Amino acid sequence: MDFSLTDDQIMIRDAAQDFLADKSDSGAVRRAMATHDGFEPDVWAAIGAELGWCAVAVPEAHGGMGMGPVELMLIQEQAGYHLLCSPFFSTVCLGATLLNSLGTDESQSALLPAVAGGELKLAVSMSDKLQLKADRLGENWSLNGQGLQVCDAVNDSMLLLFARAADGVGLFAIAANTPGVTLSSQTGWDATRRFSTVELDNVVTPMRCDNPGRLQQGGPRATALARLYIAAEQLGAAQRCLDLTVAYIAERKQFGRVIGSFQAIKHRCAEMMVQIEGLRSGVYGAAAQAASDAPVEILNMECAMAKALASDVLFHCAGEAIQLHGGVGFTDEYDPGLFFKRARASKTWLGTPEQLREEIAGVLL
Amino acid sequence: MNLNESPEDKAFREEVATWMAEHLVGEYEVLKHRGGPGDEEAYPELRKQWEKELAAGGWTCVGWPKEYGGRELSIEHQVIYHEEYARAGGPGRVGHIGEGLIGPALIAFGNDAQKAEFLPGIVKGETYWCQGYSEPSAGSDLANIQTKCWVGDDGDWRVSGQKVWTSLAMDSDWIFVIARCEQGTKGRHGLAFLLMPLDQPGVTIKPIHQISGSAEFNEVFFDEAVAKAGHIVGEPGDGWKVAMGLLEAERGVSTLGQQMHFAHELDLIIKAAKANGQDRNPLIRDRIAKAWSGLRVLRYNALRMLSGGADVALGREALIYKYYWSNWHRDLGELAMDVLGEQGDVPAEDFDILRLQQVFFFSRADTIYAGTNEIQLNIMAERGLGLPREPRG
Repeated sequence: MDFSLTDDQIMIRDAAQDFLADKSDSGAVRRAMATHDGFEPDVWAAIGAELGWCAVAVPEAHGGMGMGPVELMLIQEQAGYHLLCSPFFSTVCLGATLLNSLGTDESQSALLPAVAGGELKLAVSMSDKLQLKADRLGENWSLNGQGLQVCDAVNDSMLLLFARAADGVGLFAIAANTPGVTLSSQTGWDATRRFSTVELDNVVTPMRCDNPGRLQQGGPRATALARLYIAAEQLGAAQRCLDLTVAYIAERKQFGRVIGSFQAIKHRCAEMMVQIEGLRSGVYGAAAQAASDAPVEILNMECAMAKALASDVLFHCAGEAIQLHGGVGFTDEYDPGLFFKRARASKTWLGTPEQLREEIAGVLL
Repeated sequence: MNLNESPEDKAFREEVATWMAEHLVGEYEVLKHRGGPGDEEAYPELRKQWEKELAAGGWTCVGWPKEYGGRELSIEHQVIYHEEYARAGGPGRVGHIGEGLIGPALIAFGNDAQKAEFLPGIVKGETYWCQGYSEPSAGSDLANIQTKCWVGDDGDWRVSGQKVWTSLAMDSDWIFVIARCEQGTKGRHGLAFLLMPLDQPGVTIKPIHQISGSAEFNEVFFDEAVAKAGHIVGEPGDGWKVAMGLLEAERGVSTLGQQMHFAHELDLIIKAAKANGQDRNPLIRDRIAKAWSGLRVLRYNALRMLSGGADVALGREALIYKYYWSNWHRDLGELAMDVLGEQGDVPAEDFDILRLQQVFFFSRADTIYAGTNEIQLNIMAERGLGLPREPRG
């Protein structure tokens, strides 16, 4: 048993921190928010082609680095800290995770090398409201219906969507520019991550990705890992809320002293620290389970714990950041509001805290 | 970062579990899960006998160096030992203050004569210790010690004053005391660290009756009580240094054992909920899942503390730990009583129910002793976040 990070893991984390401090500062985040697709192409290109983040958790056989959930968790923590706007989460944390966990050998060979090289963006729906149907069409499949809550879909994405087929639910890959595909992107209150609804009208694809032999274990594993990775992002974001707040209260003076010297303020910051460090322990622990031999039932509970806690902690800390910044915290000019909106949006997605705790209770009781 | 256990660790886990299964039986059966916080008055004599049983098996002072009678176990194996001890329902250790606090302090700061005189009794489970730090005017402000000591005509020390919140004084043979040896000094200066037998004319012990119905805490009064000249640890004036070094001696290895007791308490809550139908109440289900999640956090947090590796916020995990577990435990007690409902309102005969009632009441002390919530928040804000320090009078 070993709970410390390796030198390589520390290096990956520190490199991510350095890159994002430079390329995903407040100005960059706001520029990305104002773009149509929700990200700056040069930042994404650097992430994929130069930094190799997309290759981290892809097996070496498919051109990746063959590392695992701990490394990806560490990158995600930094991505959250810097509120990175990028199709990285959808492509790597969701898409590559799905393909790794339940994909056929063919689909892995076809898609993962391009993901690892940063050449392919995957847009994924993890919604459990399945409104897509897939029918056999010779060697191909024909898809119809609506894909909901598709994350980070742009014109040159590859869509990874679950659809109902005669033999059960399958996972299908469809190029977003295939005839019959209509993307309607909605910019939410949280403009730092985009979701689309996808209409499919007799869309033909040859690529069904799911391996029935892997689905039963791989499906829950992919869901658990997706929750782990977003929890890591929420952890980073919560840490940023605290750091922004501590920096502000150490400067802001009222009644002739810095407001950070008032116990009412100190204690609330300390309470944030308690929650954040507890969350960090939970997220690191869940990641360590994912990197160990934990059975999928245990992994599910661990990652549900991490995501439920992360949602609650981030929302609390984002709210505290606004409150402790006072009036300026309520302005669009200062950053706490950006984190508050990300906190709200990520709380709903991939399982609300209540749903996740009910999953845990279902096992315990 | 890997949670898989090595074959050697597994074998050691098995060894401890087997020993416990073979020895915590017969007359000791009644001790299972007894004697923990809030239950320390349970079976004191039998628990002392159990300490000797442990000692005979070589299971006391497992982290101490071999030259002082310990097993010199690695941190990992100490953790495994504490976990398996608790998992088996091992009773609260009457000897824990000797083993965990004064023993390590003597190893670090004591002279050869003191080590030879006191360490063997602790290892053998024969001598029991309690800690004399807090006073009526020295609570959160621990350095505000008023108890006085001076050297008498015979060359021995005399001690007068009062200690309070002394755990297990009623079951102990010796007490270690910080007292002011340089009159007129303030705060952490001018203190001495003395070892004193409790069974002597100048010492009076009075139990404190608590809201939990038990009385494990005591007041200890000293009226020109005697500490032998050779029973001062360090020099006069070093008292604070020794006292603080002692608090740091425990690296938190026993905390994973404490978590096993917490897990047992959560199991009792689940059992009670299933028995009375509260397991179908969505609000209770949510709180049980929260409690389970908090326990996972505590475990991973303790593993972070023990790994002490290169972490993004080195040391913060240690700063939050006491606040986290004590508040979690208090919530657990409230959950337990909400699950029990009317059954919780009357002191129970069934120990599985009584234990939950004890958790509810005794956990109110968890957020007070060893640094109140408010002091913990100050420490975290100042040491963890670098915010301005509180003004001092």
